Amino acid sequence: MRLSDAAIAGDRRALAQLLTAVENATPVGEAATRRLYPLAGRAHIVGITGAPGSGKSTLVAALTAEARAAGRSVAVIAVDPSSPITGGAILGDRVRMQVHAGDRDVFIRSMASRGHAGGLAATSVAVATVLDAAGFDLIFVETVGTGQSEVEVAAAADTTIVLEAPEMGDEVQAIKAGLLEVADIVVVNKGDRPGAHRTASQLRAMLVASAPREPADGRPRPKRPTVLITTASTGAGVPELLAALDRARPTESAVEPAPARLARARTQIGAVLQERLAARLGDAVHAARTRDVTDDVANHRLDPYAAADGLLSELFPGAGPDASADDA
Amino acid sequence: MTDRPIKVLIAKPGLDGHDRGAKVLARGLRDEGFEVVYTGLRQTPEMIATAALQEDVDVVGLSILSGAHMTLLPRITALLKSEGMTDVLVTAGGIIPDDDIPALKTAGVAEVFGPGTTIAQVADYLRANVHRHD
Repeated sequence: MRLSDAAIAGDRRALAQLLTAVENATPVGEAATRRLYPLAGRAHIVGITGAPGSGKSTLVAALTAEARAAGRSVAVIAVDPSSPITGGAILGDRVRMQVHAGDRDVFIRSMASRGHAGGLAATSVAVATVLDAAGFDLIFVETVGTGQSEVEVAAAADTTIVLEAPEMGDEVQAIKAGLLEVADIVVVNKGDRPGAHRTASQLRAMLVASAPREPADGRPRPKRPTVLITTASTGAGVPELLAALDRARPTESAVEPAPARLARARTQIGAVLQERLAARLGDAVHAARTRDVTDDVANHRLDPYAAADGLLSELFPGAGPDASADDA
Repeated sequence: MTDRPIKVLIAKPGLDGHDRGAKVLARGLRDEGFEVVYTGLRQTPEMIATAALQEDVDVVGLSILSGAHMTLLPRITALLKSEGMTDVLVTAGGIIPDDDIPALKTAGVAEVFGPGTTIAQVADYLRANVHRHD
């Protein structure tokens, strides 16, 4: 029996082994992801991001408890950073989620970022696809602890939660570009701490009340996030958050795919294109030439644009670039 | 890919409340290039087996100081086996009397690391004995 068949039939060990293959981008992993892709698209993929220690794992555990109480199955992908020096990692998000360890309908998988910037691992979206095909209703994708601009999760998830802690910044922080812009829901966690309500009202004033106008020229419309307060450690505010998530869930019947799903499709295609291109340039036929032009660019004998165009026209004869541009 | 990091679960079975050693080992293995899943204190054998299964780890390292190792460790190896995880390398560390080690090895614990073991010794042992299964 194929791993992918066993995995979607409910074999948790097979699912875990398949996720390893997908995470390591092996041929088995790729073949399984391709086979399972048509089965995916039913789960609600929810991204959770925010600063280290803001309570992402605790909130995921609380949301999971709430969803399980309603009989819904939950998968969690929890990403923690890899060391840029040794490649090692501490994957510590399960500590907050162990209450669910005995539950067959909760599947938690930790991933190391393995040098991928942006808050996720390179294969996190593929891992979510497999969990989606395996029938999980809700999939939480928890990023590494982020700063201001790790916005990749928004392209991986249907709905993005950005977590803030009380007193983490003033109204100017709230209007800075970056992380807060990609939020569908902004959650002020640790709501029992002083300042939580003030932080929430500042965020509301800056993100919601000063709502951007609808651009007439088809530019992407800035999001108007909902701002909620939770205390993940006690569960306060969590039912309201899950209800808000359900309201944000993309409808399956829509003729046009949801913007978040289009963004995810673009990201996935782009990542595979990049990977395929790198593989072609490194294969037996092209490796020597790739090395030569890299040397030439390093020595300033060739500019990087000419090098890239040269390699592209070698890979795709007849599809060469337009006549070279002039900076005059 | 054989150059991917070895994935290790460091777990604390039972009721003892001291995990400084487990955390130091987790951090040391991180610095040796391992991916280390740490699950925290007071884990039941079932929680540990589930975490090992879902994470598809190569190694389960069990830290135990409470004296309940003869009860808990064989229970964990039995659960792992019944879940089909026959190739996972199980090791133990903490306070385990020498007299108990043969019985633990019979029960499926591959190696027992006592006080004074260095991080490098553990890392070298794991690299030499892990069964890579991808």
